[in-house]
Amino acid sequence: MGKMIFEKSVPGARAFSLPVSEVEPEQVFQTIPEKLLRKHLPALPEISEVETIRHFTALSRQAYGVDTGFYPLGSCTMKYNPKINEWAARLPGFTALHPLQHEETVQGALQLMYELDCMLREITGMDRMTLQPAAGAHGELTGAMIIRAYHREKGDHSRNIMLVPDSSHGTNPATANMLGFRVVEIRSNERGLTDIQDLRDHLGPEVAGLMLTNPNTLGLFEEDIVKIADMVHGNGGLLYYDGANANAIIGMARPGDMGFDIVHLNLHKTFATPHGSGGPGSGPVGVKAFLEEFLPVPLVEKNADAFHLNYDRPKSIGRVHTFYGNFGVLVKAYAYLKTLGARGIREVCENAVLNANYVRQHLRDVYDIPYDRPCKHEFVLSARRQKLESGVTALDIAKRIMDFGYHPPTIYFPLIIEEAMMIEPTETETREQLDAFIHSMRMIAEEAKNQPDAVKRAPECTPIRRVDEVKAARKPVLKWDEKPEAIA
Amino acid sequence: MAYVPNPPAVIEEMVRSIGMNKVQDLFADIPDAVRMHSDLNLGEGIPEMTLRKQLFALASKNMTVEQMPSFLGAGAYDHYIPAVVEHVLSRSEFYTAYTPYQPEISQGILQAIFEYQTMICRLTEMEVSNASLYDGGSALAEACHVACDVTGRSRIILPDTVHPHYCRVLQTYAMGGQMKIIRTASRDGTAHPDAIMPLLDDDLAAVVIQHPNFFGNLEEHIDIIGEAIHKRKGLLVMVVDPVSLGILKPPGALGADLVVGEGQALGIPLSFGGPYLGFMAAAGAYMRKIPGRLVGLTQDLDGRRAFVLTLQAREQHIRRAKAGSNICSNQALCTLAAAVYLTVIGPQGLKDIATRSHALAVYARKQVEKAGCNPLYDRPFFREFAIRLKDPREANRRLLEQKIIGGYPLDGAMLLAFTEKRTIDEIDRLVATLGGCCHG
Repeated sequence: MGKMIFEKSVPGARAFSLPVSEVEPEQVFQTIPEKLLRKHLPALPEISEVETIRHFTALSRQAYGVDTGFYPLGSCTMKYNPKINEWAARLPGFTALHPLQHEETVQGALQLMYELDCMLREITGMDRMTLQPAAGAHGELTGAMIIRAYHREKGDHSRNIMLVPDSSHGTNPATANMLGFRVVEIRSNERGLTDIQDLRDHLGPEVAGLMLTNPNTLGLFEEDIVKIADMVHGNGGLLYYDGANANAIIGMARPGDMGFDIVHLNLHKTFATPHGSGGPGSGPVGVKAFLEEFLPVPLVEKNADAFHLNYDRPKSIGRVHTFYGNFGVLVKAYAYLKTLGARGIREVCENAVLNANYVRQHLRDVYDIPYDRPCKHEFVLSARRQKLESGVTALDIAKRIMDFGYHPPTIYFPLIIEEAMMIEPTETETREQLDAFIHSMRMIAEEAKNQPDAVKRAPECTPIRRVDEVKAARKPVLKWDEKPEAIA
Repeated sequence: MAYVPNPPAVIEEMVRSIGMNKVQDLFADIPDAVRMHSDLNLGEGIPEMTLRKQLFALASKNMTVEQMPSFLGAGAYDHYIPAVVEHVLSRSEFYTAYTPYQPEISQGILQAIFEYQTMICRLTEMEVSNASLYDGGSALAEACHVACDVTGRSRIILPDTVHPHYCRVLQTYAMGGQMKIIRTASRDGTAHPDAIMPLLDDDLAAVVIQHPNFFGNLEEHIDIIGEAIHKRKGLLVMVVDPVSLGILKPPGALGADLVVGEGQALGIPLSFGGPYLGFMAAAGAYMRKIPGRLVGLTQDLDGRRAFVLTLQAREQHIRRAKAGSNICSNQALCTLAAAVYLTVIGPQGLKDIATRSHALAVYARKQVEKAGCNPLYDRPFFREFAIRLKDPREANRRLLEQKIIGGYPLDGAMLLAFTEKRTIDEIDRLVATLGGCCHG
């Protein structure tokens, strides 16, 4: 790596100045008690504008985005982020709005939120949404709060168990834990689906709900979903839809029709808003009518021709965000859905599923696929054969694929698959890209047989080689010091 | 238009190559009862040219802080954003990337976040910063969770000088029952020790102090309160405004154990409330307890400097039901904005911006008093203060007629905020209208 920004600091270098002051004198010690004043300037870098730009441009060249290349990262839906949406979110009419401006002055923003809410309701088959959650996990948290509020409202205080499948995302059990639920895992059956008998055995008067992803994290549709919904409801529980995999069903099936009571969506997955190196995302939550009263405040509503924020919702769980959520992300998703229309949405789904099956079909003879049948938008390979034969692991393969210019798949998840590699190509890839990736993956399978050390050594074409993660965790250095020292 | 790059003929060939007749065959596993048999009721997609027009029209329905001077603050501030920030953020290597779980191809992102963590530590004089949370409100809620976790206690003392939205978020997060929130009333616009001290007991997890507080006032007794908290083995959680740290004593020097806040003022557009930047810094002792991602410094196999996401054993994808928080996606791109912003303005720039904002607020305060308005509190403040107004909403309506976005209406008062972007002329125009409202 190049130097840290702090190492480039030159005392006295400036890239910013204020206009000449109209007020004088600017002497804070006259108006702020001395004991509250800072004694020394914070040690921020002092750098010219040109060197600032060069520094961050250099850093950007050591980053890998969807615009850089193919990103078959399972469960993350790394699809192309259309540029008109970026333009839209940067319009001053959207960016230069204070969240506490009078409603009259933000009608365009409220209209956008209202219409996005309506579109997402139609797509999910739910009755009402909140756009407040800032990420998928935040949506899950909101959903779990609604589950709590629902049972409390009924006077049922015994429901302290949240069921999650053993193939679930880590956020599901972590979310339930934050709300004080005890988490119980439901087994997957020999077909990779929720084990109905195991679910039946665990349902009872203490169960608040079941959090389910459909298709699940193996990329397989829960074929018994209607039965599962009936069982959970018959037991007095609620059914929660984790929308991480919604790209597999949009326009084709709706969680609301399957019997789900609460749904979250990831706009940064399914609706093409960029991942931003880890965020911001957006995780709207939709509910069926009987849960509407619990949604966070405020909700955007339409009266005659004007839009307004309704705070008068006494049974609401409250706020989950300081304002209304990641509005800038909502603008991008709105623009995306407007471009797609109903037919476009269906096309997204069809091609996401087709691309996944295309890659699966062309890799299934060289890697193990534990549940080898047509998948939805993603599928899970296993490197157990390679590991057994030559000691090459999923991690090694993931590292090696970077040498071919790709972002690796998600590995070691779901936990129920040994040496898992989860591949999600998305609908925005050409056949040529998929063919090239397939070719590379087949070459690595070959290498694993004939020259396994080359795979274990990988990557070799990246700016750095494998890193010492143990060292990082054992003696953590989490900030720059001129002489870096681990925190005791 | 679905951004599907393959033409129909190629799609057909692909379908055949996997042994199917039509794409629909791939959906045979979805039971007929839940399969959609018609299109969604969303109409036709529209081409980019049309979309651009429609979006422009929608955006134009809003009245922005660029068209009118704004005196709104209350948790979101209209500071100047240097062009460099937007330029760096528009690099798609950054904005189209995923979380940097693969260090070999993500060093740029990891280094930027590491630099951000360092800057937050230096601003706050704390030992550790995470790689962001959603916003100020959720950051406070997460900090209170941490306080309960590390103390094994449940009581959170929450004065009403803390932003009311943050309080509401915290109360919502507390509905699981592990946290007990105890609200205390302020005295003369500050979290007074006399109101807090009697509530400290052996179940104290933390006291929350916002400084400058929601009313813009400076909290003058943090040292006394902090000492009493620590005697009870509780934690001092501070909510701070990063811009204020250009001139105000950092929370690390005030005895804070956990520091959170809203980073929007650091180069992030107002954008109707988000995306913003929740930051969290902590004393070193809590390094393994704080939520969210952390970037650490290490080496690669050849001994080169390298960065990597570390201490992941704290996080949901490893720890599942035992994780302290469920956070996964954060506000990474906003940390990049903050890091670029702080680099561009530098230490002197931050001090200048804080000083100018304060000086303009001081000027405005003198002017509104001259115009016959009474301040709500007579206390030192940073860049925000409240004045008494019988009908703040009516005053805002009159201001809007004058093409001015007024302050945040409180009960019988208005909270006014000032940034370096405001001018004497704008403030004088504000005061001219407010003066009439104070008397009317």
